[in-house]
Amino acid sequence: MIGKAHTYKRDHINTDEIIPARYLNMDQEKDLALHAMEDIDKDFLNNVSEGDFIVAGEDFGCGSSREHAVWSLRGAGIRAVIADSFARIFYRNCLNNGFLAIESKGVADKISTKDEVEIDLKNGLLKNHTKNEEYEFIPLPDFAKKMLDAGGLLNYIIKNK
Amino acid sequence: MGSTITEKILAKHSGRKKVVPGDLVNAEIDVIMCHDVTTTPAIDMLEERSIDKVCDPKKIVVMPDHFIPNKDIKSAEMVAKIRRWVKKHNIENFYDLGRHGVCHALLPEQGHVTPGKTIICGDSHTSTHGALGAFSTGVGSTDLAAAIATGELWFKVPETILFNLTGKLPFGVYSKDIILYIINRIGVDGALYKSMEFKGSVIDELTIESRMTICNMAIEAGGKAGLINPDQKTIDYVKSRTNDEFELFSSDEDAKYEKVYDIDVSKLEPIVAFPSLPSNGKKVSKITENITVDQAYLGSCTNGRIEDLRVAAQILKGKKIASETRMIVVPATTEIWKQANKEGLLDIFMDAGATVSTPTCGACLGGHMGILAAGEKCISSTNRNFIGRMGSPKSEVYLGSPATVAASAIEGKITDPRKYLLVT
Ligand code: SF4
Repeated sequence: MIGKAHTYKRDHINTDEIIPARYLNMDQEKDLALHAMEDIDKDFLNNVSEGDFIVAGEDFGCGSSREHAVWSLRGAGIRAVIADSFARIFYRNCLNNGFLAIESKGVADKISTKDEVEIDLKNGLLKNHTKNEEYEFIPLPDFAKKMLDAGGLLNYIIKNK
Repeated sequence: MGSTITEKILAKHSGRKKVVPGDLVNAEIDVIMCHDVTTTPAIDMLEERSIDKVCDPKKIVVMPDHFIPNKDIKSAEMVAKIRRWVKKHNIENFYDLGRHGVCHALLPEQGHVTPGKTIICGDSHTSTHGALGAFSTGVGSTDLAAAIATGELWFKVPETILFNLTGKLPFGVYSKDIILYIINRIGVDGALYKSMEFKGSVIDELTIESRMTICNMAIEAGGKAGLINPDQKTIDYVKSRTNDEFELFSSDEDAKYEKVYDIDVSKLEPIVAFPSLPSNGKKVSKITENITVDQAYLGSCTNGRIEDLRVAAQILKGKKIASETRMIVVPATTEIWKQANKEGLLDIFMDAGATVSTPTCGACLGGHMGILAAGEKCISSTNRNFIGRMGSPKSEVYLGSPATVAASAIEGKITDPRKYLLVT
């Protein structure tokens, strides 16, 4: 899959920033999407097109366990988050939703905003078409792949019942 | 090679003799705690897939806490949905308004936490309950839904980092200062994906409540869980709250740790974490600038328990809070509220010029009941000081112990609490 990058050269972007608590009285993706990232990037929604990626530094998604963070990003059109590393609950929430979270050291420095990036899941490669570079990423665990294929944890459980 | 308490509990709950870090296990879950914000989506997910059952209603404990008393129509609808769900599935452990409280304070108080259990909740501070020797971790709504339906959940067995705390905790320094110190030392991702185990003579001497404050904030270092091996204090606390039987698990002497930190607390000082990360801790004596505070907040699952209110009341007794500062006190549960009232603590707070709220998460997460305006600063006994955590993205949150919050309220600026503790 190919998408445009939105890069945040920062570590510890937390779920309070991704979707502030004042919007947690809602849980539909389309409603949450309207407020995704608004406290740190006012133009986020205007700049994102369907199928884009977020690129960030270490420990992306730390803090609150709110799955609303994943939903708000997906609702806004984001197809995957690529980061140096992820906070544990956010990473779980991504996989459980069948949403891609890709870990690759140093990506926030290598991929710039607007770069066109291809995620090659089969070969474990990130291909930066704009800069003509390739980066490896940490392969998804088998279990995670199965969950992604099924479209998330609940569908996986139903399928394997 | 021995095992850690984390490995032992996960092994037992996944029907294995032994597990090691990295193993993927499907563990039986003993307690599924449900609050308003993350449970409503979980209910929807199950209903959308026509999964109309819960694994075992007795395992499920439900308490709306984040936006209660309902802050607006949307949150009222959320809790209404939860009420219907609770009724439909005959869930008896439901703490509705009047018996309510912040989930992590309420769960152990009402006897739902016993050593050796596995506990999950759609909330990151679920690590709190490891203070009683349980494996307790925060998850999202999908995990919550899966556990509600199946009574099980997948885990990767984490490595464990051991914090061995020795020495004598100085006067005026509390467990909140210890954990702020640790997070400052290892960073907000210093324990990413790891289990944090706390032991040593300092832990032995702490009350169960103070231990909870430490485990509560394990997540602020990225930890999956925070655990303390159970001792006589644990057993006494649990037995005073439930007749349920339980099994004690403890780490073996030769357990394998990813890392061991030996920390002598004897020279520790009160710590204040500056915006906007819990790891930005500074010793209070090293703060040279004048940091005026518009709001002082005493409450939350970290420091809203009775011993926290007692310390703050001791400092505030007979004093007035600064004229430019407002103080909000939020006892974490109904029982704590009543106890504080009985002891006259609420009067002390009100006489000092503070206001006392009903238990709620409220302003801790910037929900309601004490939101900060742009440019405002708050000294808070809570656990997180991220950008916008308690209101406007242009406001600032400083984290400290209940004593630091109380002393700062009096002076209207961030203040070393020790001088107020000396005069009795
Ligand atoms: S008191 Fe604050 S940290 Fe604790 S559960 Fe409530 S919102 Fe979360």
